[in-house]
Amino acid sequence: MSQKAAPNSKLWRNMLVAFLIGGLICTIGQGIMSWMQSLGLSREDGGAVTSISLIFLSALLTGLNCYDNIAKHAGAGTLVPITGFANAMVSPALEFKREGFILGVGAKMFSIAGPVILYGSAASVVYGLILAIFG
Amino acid sequence: MDLFFTLGKAFLVGGIFCAVGQILIDKTKLTPARILVGYVVMGVLLSALGLYQPIADFAGAGATVPLTGFGHLLATGVQKAVAEKGLLGALTGGLTAAAAGITAAMIFGLLVALIFNPGDKF
Repeated sequence: MSQKAAPNSKLWRNMLVAFLIGGLICTIGQGIMSWMQSLGLSREDGGAVTSISLIFLSALLTGLNCYDNIAKHAGAGTLVPITGFANAMVSPALEFKREGFILGVGAKMFSIAGPVILYGSAASVVYGLILAIFG
Repeated sequence: MDLFFTLGKAFLVGGIFCAVGQILIDKTKLTPARILVGYVVMGVLLSALGLYQPIADFAGAGATVPLTGFGHLLATGVQKAVAEKGLLGALTGGLTAAAAGITAAMIFGLLVALIFNPGDKF
């Protein structure tokens, strides 16, 4: 009985941690967003500044060997936000530095970001074609 | 008080996106790369169906910071570009809207690789 319950309680625990850490990252993002809008930036520009700020923080924490340590415990909480995307670029870039700046840093940076950008763009092109032809 | 609610909504919705991602990690064994690709494509799809904008209006950064928000950005960029330029916009809209984020991640990644060394202890 207790053995059967264990994997589920582990899932709930992981979900809670992901919820709290991921929610916190989004709250920091909203704090930056609200601040930018109070300075008069449009929603679009404020969103861009928010993304850039979070990406900067994530890159810095990745360089300081911090982000990956948090990610070990936070799971999807640090993966799903834009900071996870940035970490997925910066972490391999740094890790493969010893393989050089072309095939190490330059290529490995896109081992996860490449597919994300490719299929995101592809989906947006399909959507754009539908809009242009039927819209 | 307004700011409190704005932050609270971002926390709640952003947290839910991440909790769903955790279910995918624990229950499906999908790799992080597949989950990120799935989130972006799902963001484009939900935006195309008109379902994501209401979430973004409600939750702000709670909807735009998770990677579905990246898909939402691609989709809204393509909407705008197609309205302005027609068929050409289908090719330019997505990455134009996402340029700031992608370029920032590339440049900060390069800077980190220049400044730090793997395994540095602080």
